[in-house]
Amino acid sequence: MGTLIEEIFARKAGRPVQAGEILLLDVDYIMSHDNTTPLAIKAFRDIGKPIHDKNRIVLHLDHAYPAPNVLAAENHKKIIEFVREQGLPHFYHQGVCHQVMLEEGFITPGAIVIGADSHSNTYGAMGAFGAGLGSTEIGVAWVTGKCWFKVPETIRIELTGKSQPGVYAKDVMIYIAGMLGMDGGTYRSVEFGGEYIDNLPMHERIIFPNMSTEIGAKCGLIAADDVTIDYLENQTPAKGPFEKIRPVNPRYERVIEIDVATLSPQVACHPDVDNAKPLEQVEGLEVHEVYIGTCTNARYEDIEIVARMLEGKRVNEFTRVIVTPASDRIYKKAMQNGLIEILLNAGCTVTGSGCGACIGRHGGILAAGERALTTMNRNFIGRMGSPLSEVYLASPATAAATALTGRITDPRTYLLLSGLSPERA
Amino acid sequence: MGKAWMFGENMNTDEIIPGRYNITIDPLELAKNVFCEVKPEYAANVKPGDIIVGGQNFGCGSSREHAPIAIKGSQAKCIIAPSFARIFFRNAINIGLPILECPEAVADITEGDDVDVDLATGQIFNRTNGHQYQASALPDFVLKIADAGGIVNFLKTHDIQELMS
Repeated sequence: MGTLIEEIFARKAGRPVQAGEILLLDVDYIMSHDNTTPLAIKAFRDIGKPIHDKNRIVLHLDHAYPAPNVLAAENHKKIIEFVREQGLPHFYHQGVCHQVMLEEGFITPGAIVIGADSHSNTYGAMGAFGAGLGSTEIGVAWVTGKCWFKVPETIRIELTGKSQPGVYAKDVMIYIAGMLGMDGGTYRSVEFGGEYIDNLPMHERIIFPNMSTEIGAKCGLIAADDVTIDYLENQTPAKGPFEKIRPVNPRYERVIEIDVATLSPQVACHPDVDNAKPLEQVEGLEVHEVYIGTCTNARYEDIEIVARMLEGKRVNEFTRVIVTPASDRIYKKAMQNGLIEILLNAGCTVTGSGCGACIGRHGGILAAGERALTTMNRNFIGRMGSPLSEVYLASPATAAATALTGRITDPRTYLLLSGLSPERA
Repeated sequence: MGKAWMFGENMNTDEIIPGRYNITIDPLELAKNVFCEVKPEYAANVKPGDIIVGGQNFGCGSSREHAPIAIKGSQAKCIIAPSFARIFFRNAINIGLPILECPEAVADITEGDDVDVDLATGQIFNRTNGHQYQASALPDFVLKIADAGGIVNFLKTHDIQELMS
């Protein structure tokens, strides 16, 4: 009996648990990437004990891959040597770690997955507990197979209604970030539910747990249902049976209801993700780069929206438009269906998969005085390059409309002009 | 006794150490660029034993440990803030960087005050204005990790289960 996080933790603890308790739990998978693995290796070597279970370790190269400089290359070399030395079976360099974790079926309902990356919250989209930790704890978990958790209190966000045409999960989540603020969910589990979530396809659901990080949440969860099971069975190699764990007579710290029908396209403005505004308040602001990528919004469906909106057109000649598919699988599907050609014909630069420009180290760094509009989840000062640059966050549709004009542009007009029903898109 | 360095609310990991410098894990190297954009004078002038005084949600953003490591590398003694971001809180404890939650101290201390901290009791002394503050106590298992000088040291001589016993 309890909130979704209490139900998930109770299954691992083998007894009912309540918010406030501290538990030492077995973890199913331990994820880290090129930015965070070297420190985990250091912690592992310092502890000086063997790996608990190689099958639970998943390593990725995605943050600065392919290496943009010698130091990044040395990090990659160190990780590859470690993988070979230890004989680790799960090693990937085929896209953003979180997307690959989902695609490869590591994330299933009720799983406990920790990652040395703050957006490990993403796994909540499958009804799993996913949380970001530092590298040292990852090294610790390699050795122990365990991690300590305080069972968090839960904020329930009940999303009702049907979104207006041209309004996506990203717009709804930016609105929530603006409402709750950057520390509105600190130490909390944020549970997303309601009829809007129930009717949402998986690629849109993922936005909410992914960006729960931006409001400080320990985890962001969506209870597994038929959409989840369908995704797992048809798009991943994960083996069932899967349990649809749901909250049972939950006691929430707070319940927030939002009627999504009232929302228009939103933009999270420089310099904080909670500086959320309806798009019309910043419409017309010049941008120098449009970046469509990351663990938030670079899935096949996101790229499809952008391609359909840009089809037969040219992006603004003074705006750099960069598309970085979240994974190789997405890249391949987009290529097979002609989307990559459409993007190239429209004047976009399509890069290999991975984290790309999101971390300000390669793939589209901003100069001083420049402004980017991007599908990323984070817009801290200097995130994409110069500390004197600005980052604005929005949906893929808003990014595509903005790419055409070089100014922040409402996607709804272009969705109609493209002959796309904004509703379907 | 050390000098207080004041920082604002929601100090994020990119502001503590921008991502472009996270190509090393050497504490002293990282310390050269710690707070380089929000307080460029810090790195060159910080002295061992100085105290970081932050605003609420200190350390929000990425999971990168480079942020607390850079602060530890700068030889600051500890961080005092009203609240810490979740991952930063865990990371600081795990690497053995003391952190204290104390809104009263943060509200009263000003930049450059001489501040002393008794980590064992959580007492904070402001030698400049003579005021004293009490930080909230840390849970037992957190103290076990902190006493060992970080989780890695703890595990060298203990089993993980002993954290909860």
